[in-house]
Amino acid sequence: MDKIIEILEGMHPEVDFNTCNTLIDDKIIDSFDIVTLISELSEEFDISIPVEEIIPENFNSAKAIHALIERLLEDE
Amino acid sequence: MQNNVLEYLEIIVGKVPDKIAYADENSAVTFREAYDRSRAIGTFIHKQGHYKEPVVVFMGKHPGTIITFYGVIYSGCFYVPIDEEIPKHRIELILGSLNPKAVICDNDTINTISEFGYEGRVYLYDDIIQTPHDENMLMDIRDKQIDTDPIYIVFTSGSTGIPKGVVACHRSVIDYIENLTDVLKINENTVFGNQTPLYVDACLKELYPTLKYGATTYIIPKSLFMFPLKLVEFLNDKKINTICWVVSALTIISAFGTFEKAVPEYLHTIAFGSEVFPIKQFKLWRKYLPNARFINLYGPTECTGMSCYYEVNRDFELDETIPIGRPFKNTDIILLDDQDKQPKQGDVGEICIRGTSLTLGYYNNFEKTNEVFVQNPLNTSYPELIYRTGDLGKYNEFGELVFVSRKDNQIKHMGHRIELGEIEVVANMQPDIKSACCIFDNDKKKIILYYVGDITKAEVAGFLKQKLPRYMVPNMIENLDSMPLTPNGKINRVLLMEKYKLQENL
Repeated sequence: MDKIIEILEGMHPEVDFNTCNTLIDDKIIDSFDIVTLISELSEEFDISIPVEEIIPENFNSAKAIHALIERLLEDE
Repeated sequence: MQNNVLEYLEIIVGKVPDKIAYADENSAVTFREAYDRSRAIGTFIHKQGHYKEPVVVFMGKHPGTIITFYGVIYSGCFYVPIDEEIPKHRIELILGSLNPKAVICDNDTINTISEFGYEGRVYLYDDIIQTPHDENMLMDIRDKQIDTDPIYIVFTSGSTGIPKGVVACHRSVIDYIENLTDVLKINENTVFGNQTPLYVDACLKELYPTLKYGATTYIIPKSLFMFPLKLVEFLNDKKINTICWVVSALTIISAFGTFEKAVPEYLHTIAFGSEVFPIKQFKLWRKYLPNARFINLYGPTECTGMSCYYEVNRDFELDETIPIGRPFKNTDIILLDDQDKQPKQGDVGEICIRGTSLTLGYYNNFEKTNEVFVQNPLNTSYPELIYRTGDLGKYNEFGELVFVSRKDNQIKHMGHRIELGEIEVVANMQPDIKSACCIFDNDKKKIILYYVGDITKAEVAGFLKQKLPRYMVPNMIENLDSMPLTPNGKINRVLLMEKYKLQENL
């Protein structure tokens, strides 16, 4: 979880990612970020995020991203 | 001979009045509605006493905005598109350089316009489209219009921190649309999927060809460009067959393995530009859409949309770049070296453009205009303007033009043209920042800002987000104790770049 927050803060240091759960809805993360985010997550956790998981629900909060990563790690 | 872009609309409304011209998720307008409403807007604006002046269109991204553009042209004025995506500081700068007397808003933006210290008149789209059109007045305006009259101003990044307004006229837009549609083979069956914002000249590729051929343009919701499967679903649902996107929008689809799950079934013409297409991604597009035409477009806003094209007709190695090819018909490219002479075949020179496609220059800025719209140094006999792009190019062994690099600190990021200097000027406006310098990682497409000052990265980011458009906000911000300097006392960008690369490789 800390690692995810660190990556997110690298992109938007002024946002509190521990509490924010409207990253997509409030356009905090936009298409400019999603490519960076996915490539950094893939590198950090050594996973590949399948395209069907790239949906708004999985990226709305650090918690949701964490859950997605956990799920992908378990599947391996 | 056609002298006015509105003739496209007037001819097509007689042919396919009930066909959908422009649509988005929530609304759609037919050619008849586009015609009626733009004439209503034109009548209204003119009756308010506006003529031959900039009229700001401050509206969201929807069909009504496009109709308003045409309405402003009907009034004998020229439209200046701005959008809520553009941050407050930048809108203030734009309004400052224009000093407009009129702004047209929609129901969403009408509440925000008062924040910009603007004191002129504000008109609401929903109201003014109700105006009964005045045939005699519109005809009178048309009679006096000539093809070198301006139709729009769009703003582009300026290294001094102040955006420059590029003014384009009927003639250059008609020249562009005729030649572009020829290359793209647009016809009445074309269904465009628009990606680029309406406040840049990139959207000319969809707006006017739609009128010329009675095609249809779907405005794709911006949010879909984060979610590749949904994006492909949209393309298939609307049967979109032609797209003119920035490369980063195309790679969002190819980079995540989307093609293995879904392929855009109707796409047959894919134009891209503004950035280098990574060959690995390009190969994926070609593999899954083997029958589609892929066309690379190149050109500066100062020469109305695009100036050159290259239709991909061979395979490329991973270390190759796709050429920018050759100029459109009626446009000429000249390469000039440091001595303003033509370089030897295969040598690098500055790409300079000659032709009707040259815009009129920068609004209220003769100084900047005269720096880049200059007399052709190869012609000493009569006045002839060329535009100096600041891009370096050369011809390859096939005689195709290839982009090499920039002469200065201008970069291409997410399809937008950015002066790193503009970001630095804005960063330096923050009182606690003593010094700031931006570099660009071309491989990872990241803007990095280094600064010296007693202020946190988060505060710097917050400050920049208020002042700069999203695509200009640095992707990484680093605090330094001191800025490395060259012997001349300038900031040492080379050293910063080395420092950055070292850090990235750790």
